[in-house]
Amino acid sequence: MSLPAIHVQLRKKHRPLESVIHGFLFFCAGFSILITTGIILTLGFDALRFFTNDGADLWSFFTGTVWEPQIERFGILPLLNATLMTSLIAMLVAGPVGLAIGIYLAEYANRKTSGILKPILEILAGIPTVVYGYFAVTAVTPWLQATLGVDLVEFYNVFSAGLVMGILIIPLIASMAEDALAAVPRSLRQAGYAMGATKLEVSLQITLPAAASGIVAALVLGLSRAIGETMIVALAAGAGSKFTFNPFQGAETMTGHIVRISGGDISYQSVDYDSLFAIALLLFFITLTLNFFSRKIIEHFREVYE
Amino acid sequence: MNDLEFQPRQVARKSLGNLWKAIFIAATLLGVLSLATLLYTIVDETFGLVALEFTTPPEELALVPNKAIEDHTSVELAAVVRQALEDGVGTLTPGIVSNYETLQAKPLEQWPKADILDMIYTDILEIEVQETFGLVESLFQKDRITIAVAEEYPDATLIFRSWMSGDFLTGDQSSLVLNAGIRSAIFGTLWTIIIAILFAFPIGVGAAIYLQEYAGDTRLNRFIQTNIYNLAGVPSIIYGMLGLALFVRALEPLTSGEMFGGVDPVTANGRTILSAGLTLGILILPVIIINAQEAFKAIPNSLRYSAYGVGATRWQMIWHHLLPASFDRVLTGTVFAVSRAIGETAPVVVIGASTFLTLDPTGPFSKFTVLPMQIYTWTARPEAGFKNAAGAAILILLILLVALNLSAILYRNHLRKTKEASS
Repeated sequence: MSLPAIHVQLRKKHRPLESVIHGFLFFCAGFSILITTGIILTLGFDALRFFTNDGADLWSFFTGTVWEPQIERFGILPLLNATLMTSLIAMLVAGPVGLAIGIYLAEYANRKTSGILKPILEILAGIPTVVYGYFAVTAVTPWLQATLGVDLVEFYNVFSAGLVMGILIIPLIASMAEDALAAVPRSLRQAGYAMGATKLEVSLQITLPAAASGIVAALVLGLSRAIGETMIVALAAGAGSKFTFNPFQGAETMTGHIVRISGGDISYQSVDYDSLFAIALLLFFITLTLNFFSRKIIEHFREVYE
Repeated sequence: MNDLEFQPRQVARKSLGNLWKAIFIAATLLGVLSLATLLYTIVDETFGLVALEFTTPPEELALVPNKAIEDHTSVELAAVVRQALEDGVGTLTPGIVSNYETLQAKPLEQWPKADILDMIYTDILEIEVQETFGLVESLFQKDRITIAVAEEYPDATLIFRSWMSGDFLTGDQSSLVLNAGIRSAIFGTLWTIIIAILFAFPIGVGAAIYLQEYAGDTRLNRFIQTNIYNLAGVPSIIYGMLGLALFVRALEPLTSGEMFGGVDPVTANGRTILSAGLTLGILILPVIIINAQEAFKAIPNSLRYSAYGVGATRWQMIWHHLLPASFDRVLTGTVFAVSRAIGETAPVVVIGASTFLTLDPTGPFSKFTVLPMQIYTWTARPEAGFKNAAGAAILILLILLVALNLSAILYRNHLRKTKEASS
């Protein structure tokens, strides 16, 4: 009896569709580069056009202390100063509180407690920022005025915006700090306990330094988030640029200014319109630099333990 | 005994430990407390007493007995207006009414209910919100409020009002806060989100598949990956500026619908739903990619090898094995990104959402507003009542977000259960 003849084609079948799909998927991934290019080009183009205007050279842009487009004074410092003030206040709130929550979750809380706390933090992180802005003007500012006095605290003020922004950033720092602390090997902690250290000593003198780079990365990312945050400052920090170091006065931030001006009816041919792109470009570079450093720090820290 | 004696200082160290533990717990409670205060503020503003002042008391209107004015139909309200004209109640004259009718091109009886109500409130009753009170003070300090209002606004009437109501949800926009609704904002949110998903989901999942399954460790691929992480950290307002320059201005013929001949005469510029949807799509694209990548990473390699082992091509493996196996995670990741897009305000303001709309959006080329935009404009208004309306809108926005996330989680759990049962 002879076996039936079998024809097996072992050569790879030509499948044009596979290449088409591969090409399409590559396009999808490459699209993100188009977005970045688009951001840099659109911001850069209009920012360049802005700097061809009278009274808008680079030097006076970065050193001027007056931002009054009506009289062609374009000094970024008042806006930048307000941005830094709100961000600093936010970090003074979110840094310590976020870090403390991170330590508590990673070192102290048992499974059940962190099972309750983490979703609460996630909810806090998921609330739209405009709601935080609402919270600032309806609850926090009146409270500040009631406790510190109406004479001291203006209704629109940098402090209230910074405070609420701090609450917004707490979950970000807490969860990143917790991740960093949880990544520290158990053996380090156990070595500490074996030496007779208390839980606090292990947490603060062994785990915390070991996770330092991850925590610094969290703080840097939090700062970047604060600088780019818009709706809270747009609602609570006040309209109109003002060069002041008094946190209880109103002062417009970079993001707040962009929102207020672009929200109104604005002509695409005006200097005002172009100036927004110059501000946005500066904002883009500041946050990009901070994010870059944050990621670099994290990458460095991963190399240590993996 | 000498100075080198070992001093464990156990008591001091232990109490220091307890002190810091208390500090850590206090910080955690502070976080929980801020969430509670935030929610409390919103609910407190949404319900409460309102001091209203009328030039004409509502008793002089010929309302249907035992029926609140908001519950009347258009026809009934029109009858009320006609009766008021006859009786000479309020400042409205027949001339003004017929002028309005000519403007609307239809008789009073056929107007939308909200428009007639607006007319009754502004021109007959001349109603004005003088002051509003929070829920808690309204419940527990009603006497104090009653006295204070009687002193400050002798003509005012005090009523208890829920700012969130069926009429609020389905009502037109109105310059009168008592009569304002968020229907067009809800429609605007739905339209923009659908466009954002249609745009960002396929590209985002495609990019994640490429990066996770196809990409080798080349310079270009590493650059793409870094770029995506960087994009995820770009402030949302920058995306708004991109949208303004690119979609609203440069691509105006496309986004205004001019290219398709579908120009809305009211909207001959690029500030449309399409522009907003695409901008929000670009905004959530990096988040979708990163989440989908995490989902694919969680799938064990054994699944891939077993597909290859029976001769599947790479795409067959992805389509028939990887995607079904990771669908639940991709879904929850996308819902997370979409929730972010629903709450985004800054880019929408920059693109130019309308602060006041008389018509609902009818398609991608319509003017629009969205819920967060409505919240923003109301919060920024100083007149009494608008913060309460904003509170009600926030409550609806939060309910929407919670419902969306909850249903995604429930669906995911359902999928996992059926997966476990079948395996």
